[in-house]
Amino acid sequence: MAVLEIRQRIGWLFVALVFAHLVLISAQAKTARGMSVLSSIAFGTLAGIQGAATSAVGGVRHAWQDYFALQEIRQQNEQLQEQVGQLQLALQQARTEAAQSRSLQDLLTLKRDLPLATKSARVIGYAPGLMFRTMNIDKGSDDGLMRDMAVIAPSGVVGRIFHTSPGSSKVQLLIDRNAAAGALVERSRVQGVVEGNPTRFGLLLKYVSSSADIKVGDRVVTSGIDGIFPSATEVPSSGETASTGGGFPKGFVIGQIESLEKRGWQYDNVVVRPAVDFSTLESVLVVLKRPTGEAIDAAIGRQGAATGGNEAR
Amino acid sequence: MKAFGAVVAIALALALQTMLDRFLARGPAVDLVLVAVVYVALTSGPVAGMFAGSVAGLIQDSLTAPIVGIGGLAKAVVGFFAGAFAQQFIVTATLPRLLIFVVATVVHAAVLMGLYTVLQSGTLAASWTMIAKQALGNALVGAVAFAVVEAVPGVMERRRIARRSRH
Repeated sequence: MAVLEIRQRIGWLFVALVFAHLVLISAQAKTARGMSVLSSIAFGTLAGIQGAATSAVGGVRHAWQDYFALQEIRQQNEQLQEQVGQLQLALQQARTEAAQSRSLQDLLTLKRDLPLATKSARVIGYAPGLMFRTMNIDKGSDDGLMRDMAVIAPSGVVGRIFHTSPGSSKVQLLIDRNAAAGALVERSRVQGVVEGNPTRFGLLLKYVSSSADIKVGDRVVTSGIDGIFPSATEVPSSGETASTGGGFPKGFVIGQIESLEKRGWQYDNVVVRPAVDFSTLESVLVVLKRPTGEAIDAAIGRQGAATGGNEAR
Repeated sequence: MKAFGAVVAIALALALQTMLDRFLARGPAVDLVLVAVVYVALTSGPVAGMFAGSVAGLIQDSLTAPIVGIGGLAKAVVGFFAGAFAQQFIVTATLPRLLIFVVATVVHAAVLMGLYTVLQSGTLAASWTMIAKQALGNALVGAVAFAVVEAVPGVMERRRIARRSRH
């Protein structure tokens, strides 16, 4: 046992001596860069330790900075999201204003081109019931509006006023089941009456002879015989009401024939798709032309049920 | 007493080696310092051999070598293993001693050249022929040294007895 310990000690002594010699050699031997091996090893070791310490400190510092940076970024993110929300809102408002501006521009063009006296009004509400289709505008009797005055838009006929108050009016849309307007087919001058189609949310062209020349795609305009909506001769050729080359001025556009069926001596179910998209109307023009007596009487007669219905509603 | 003898042997070897180097321009065919170190190791053990080799090598390096320590390390290694070998095996006969000197010389040269090769971009200072010659020279010198040293006590005893008989 003692011999083994002595041998171990001798072994350790040998290793220590060899190590001492290596240190001594390293202190003198030069590397390719001219630095002593000992210096190089010491420098490399210390540099490694220094690098590790720097990395550790840097890691902690970066983690700390990142933590604060993340907090700052989070705050910035919240602010930016708020700004994005505000900008989206502003953009939406700008788009809305642009759409309103376009709509008003179209309306202004129509008003300028129309020889009739008109009054612009803003749509302030809809009453899209199942039985009746009406909307409210912000002009009333104080603005010179009267019952049965025609309401139009740049794209076509909207309806007629059937109730006024000093500051607002109620408009019966052309697609209402009780609404009607004298119409003619622009291409063939075939006349008829357009009525609201309650089942298909559109219009029906009625009282058209089976021998009449109509077909799908024909445009239907106002004829003026109802005394409410301007006739074709009253409307100049501009915008939607522009001439198609026949030289004959067209009336206000009601819509376009979508489908038709012939039964017996007359056409049945001539469906007209309205030219006006009633769901997007924002501004309209009220034609300040007093309806004729016949028209008023007819309108009153037609409105008997409607008004009663509205009142009942 | 052994330590003193070791120091004397090494000092003597260093002195003689220095003188030999002057006369042998093509390199010494014998390394007397190495022979002294191996001698100390064989007679006194690995620790003594190791320290003797280290000290003798350092002195020799400081006198001749460009890097102090390489020779010391080589001789310390040789001294340690020679002493350790002598502790394990009986090396009192001439042939084993010759063999130990040869091997010690080769190991010494290998360590030297290895370290110089590593530290000085592979410049090999000595050829294997030189090393072989030095190994043989060291073995012969070592064997003679052993014989002389071992013969000295007997000679001295015989002289003393002869002096006593005259008186």
